[in-house]
Amino acid sequence: MRTAEGVEACLPIRSDMDLMWVRQHVRQAAARLGFGLVDRTKLVTAASELARNTLVHGGGGQMESARVTRGHLQGLRLAFSDRGPGIPDVDRTLSDGYTTGDGLGLGLGGARRLVHEFAIDSRPGAGTTVTVVSWALRPPHPREEM
Amino acid sequence: MTDEFPHLGKGHVPVLRLGDVLLVTLQGDLHDSTAEQLQQDIGETIARTRATGVVIDISGVEVVDSFLGRVLAEIAAQARLLAARTVVAGMRPAVAITLVELGLTLPGLRTALSTEEAMQLLARPGPDPRPGGTRPGSA
Ligand SMILES: Nc1ncnc2c1ncn2[C@@H]1O[C@H](COP(=O)(O)OP(=O)(O)O)[C@@H](O)[C@H]1O
Ligand SMILES: [Mg+2]
Repeated sequence: MRTAEGVEACLPIRSDMDLMWVRQHVRQAAARLGFGLVDRTKLVTAASELARNTLVHGGGGQMESARVTRGHLQGLRLAFSDRGPGIPDVDRTLSDGYTTGDGLGLGLGGARRLVHEFAIDSRPGAGTTVTVVSWALRPPHPREEM
Repeated sequence: MTDEFPHLGKGHVPVLRLGDVLLVTLQGDLHDSTAEQLQQDIGETIARTRATGVVIDISGVEVVDSFLGRVLAEIAAQARLLAARTVVAGMRPAVAITLVELGLTLPGLRTALSTEEAMQLLARPGPDPRPGGTRPGSA
């Protein structure tokens, strides 16, 4: 039985290089939990968008990664948090094309479409935490040969 | 696979010249600054070599987020201003599915399923093929 080993982690998000480590971690954790190729690609892409927001808009922070279970399902929960300026109008921020920077404004709305569960907790002046969960929609690993 | 760690340090992506076409092969995970450096290198190489086409092979790329997607679109736009056509080749199906869901459909970007097909596309004379698919009689 596969466990949370190598899945639970807390990674800093302080530089461009950290974005690569975040993607690498999420790719490997999702593979361990039995995510298929497409779901894994979606989750890593969402993580890349959210981690970049933590870095660029939040002034840096961290990603916490944990295994979650529901019945027989296994999933990966990723929480991106920072102590940056916060998001004053979350609804508007989620709409495609909205940006206060020089990005494309697709990151937040796009990440929401790429995962199964998505929540933003943001307080102006205190910071932002975006938490996402995706489920591996097949058995975590092929049955061992007897 | 020796894929244990991302390639650390500021990577450098070589720009190869094949006749009138520049060939760039992206592999694995790219550092943001590596992608930006590549954009600059391609522009300078087009100007220096008078290349008329650029093929960017992304078959080895697992993740295209909005940052890398934008860099690819900007490379194509910049090449167009320098009178060269750009074709992105070999996008993985999982990447294509993800980009659509992300909302990044890159309408200005010409694509081909393989580097060979990209080369054939660029070998055809005439104006920049219609982004999103060539149709007979549409030129
Ligand atoms: N962690 C964050 N802290 C503060 N603001 C944020 C954060 N994440 C996103 N935002 C705000 O939401 C906007 C939209 O984000 P996004 O959709 O990723 O587009 P982009 O990053 O291209 O601007 C950003 O421009 C920024 O104003
Ligand atoms: Mg963003």
